[in-house]
Amino acid sequence: MSEGILVFAEQREGKMRKSALEGLNIAAQLSGDIGGSVNAAVIGKEVSSLADKLGKCGAAKVYVAEGDALEVYSPEGYAKALEAIIKQADPAVVLAGYTGMGRDLMPRVAAKVGAGLLSDCTDLKAEGGKVVAKRPVYSGKAYIESTIPESIQMISIRPNTFPPVDEGGGSAEVVNVDASVDMSVIRAVVKEIEKTVSSRPELTEADIIVSGGRGMKSSDNFNIIEELADVLGAAVGASRAAVDSGYAEQAIQVGQTGKVVNPNLYIACGISGAIQHMAGMRTSKVIVAINKDAEAPIFQVADYGIVDDLFKIVPLLTQEIKKLKAE
Amino acid sequence: MKQAPDTEAKIVVNPDGSGINFDGVKFVMNPYDEYAVEQAIQLKEKFGGEAIVVTLGPKRVVEAMRTALAMGMDKGVHIDDPALENADASATANVLAAALKEIGADIILGGKQAIDYDQSQVMAYVAELLDMPQVSNISLMEMAEDGKSAKVSRRIEGGAEVYEVSLPAVMSCEKGLNEPRYASLPGIMKAKKKEIKELDLASSGVGADDAKNKIDIKNFMSPPERQAGKVIEGEPEETSAELAKLLREEAKVI
Repeated sequence: MSEGILVFAEQREGKMRKSALEGLNIAAQLSGDIGGSVNAAVIGKEVSSLADKLGKCGAAKVYVAEGDALEVYSPEGYAKALEAIIKQADPAVVLAGYTGMGRDLMPRVAAKVGAGLLSDCTDLKAEGGKVVAKRPVYSGKAYIESTIPESIQMISIRPNTFPPVDEGGGSAEVVNVDASVDMSVIRAVVKEIEKTVSSRPELTEADIIVSGGRGMKSSDNFNIIEELADVLGAAVGASRAAVDSGYAEQAIQVGQTGKVVNPNLYIACGISGAIQHMAGMRTSKVIVAINKDAEAPIFQVADYGIVDDLFKIVPLLTQEIKKLKAE
Repeated sequence: MKQAPDTEAKIVVNPDGSGINFDGVKFVMNPYDEYAVEQAIQLKEKFGGEAIVVTLGPKRVVEAMRTALAMGMDKGVHIDDPALENADASATANVLAAALKEIGADIILGGKQAIDYDQSQVMAYVAELLDMPQVSNISLMEMAEDGKSAKVSRRIEGGAEVYEVSLPAVMSCEKGLNEPRYASLPGIMKAKKKEIKELDLASSGVGADDAKNKIDIKNFMSPPERQAGKVIEGEPEETSAELAKLLREEAKVI
């Protein structure tokens, strides 16, 4: 009988990602209604040391699949390992973050174990022993509530939506799972991980984002956005208009065909607020708009707006925030 | 390939929460699928072979298929069955996998997600069902000269994973992979004569059980409305100072 919640605790290079702690938090809230215990799954090479922290964060058991072939993520290797863990743990619910890894891995595993999967969920509750998941569709222009009535309920959660769980005093039982993954099962092999050299946080995980739009007028002008971002410890984003005009790289595009972000504070500079841009940032907790066009739709969703020239306001705002931080 | 509402479309939820009101909504080729179609055509131009566009959906999707054919795809396979009207990712992947098995492609490309349900599942699901390797969200592809493997890269948090993948393989495409071409007028004329094979559930080769949904949608909701907030007025020195103060003291976010 399938029981309990299994949280896939994503790690890279031996470091646990925030999504694991976010998953453990929501799992703890659901577990009363779902029944059974909250357990965690870790996959990698020499990662059992993470079990200690996972125990403190509420996992009763930590299922560990280790091996040389699992040192670096691969969809085939990790899917086989997670499948082996699921078969052994027999959970009712499997949770993961909707991260680069989670979005790639979960559907492959769902196909292996015959589970239903709901991606990128922003709210979860339990009803009658089943998870009811709320998730945005049409890039947040609408929401749906769904369940997975019969199979294992696989659910990935949007990063930054649930607060990470606080460490307590628990400890977990470690269960080693032999997934028998060697390089021969991996046909898509990660040869290299190119790291973007940036001291700024990742867009989808950032607490604060400063974004520039068409109003930036050039890529060089983005330096004022970067200066404001650095004072705030923020990530830098851009609208599609800015990317299409060559002012910013596609990797930082926020919107329906870019990244969907969910920060505490989103500062939109020179962004008009096209529907497809708003789809990517409208769940931000506080939105600030700086735009000289008072009619720009962005002001309809902004908590605070300044109708003025961003080239005047942004550097001044940077100075003001510096002053506040120094106090 | 799939058809989806245009990114500029307004999405209106029926008052009873039963679904979306699509009256007046313009449907286009799912934007990420354009990169897949373009990549397929470029591969065909370089290595030869045949580029086939496969779609599941109601009659209207033929329009998007004709666009793909006008861009340069050779022929289409259209799967349409009333039983698949609300097919979820699992059902869709099972039906597509059955049709793709029949075709026997060397490389299966699709968008990284459809901009309707945004689940980002079907391609990886298909890869597993066909026992093929997968790389999702690719933004770079270099095919080996012998056409038997490819070097592809996909963005992840803080960087990119560079893969070497043997073919056959499934890949989902991200913006930035290429610049999708526009259909030319002669292309549009030619597309009208290209073959689109019509299949239903029975002829697609999928088992009826595999085409069943695993997900049950309870209801549709509009997103929470955001209220327009405060517009801060004054000289730049005043407004910027006021904004900084509000963010710290009122919103408590900095």
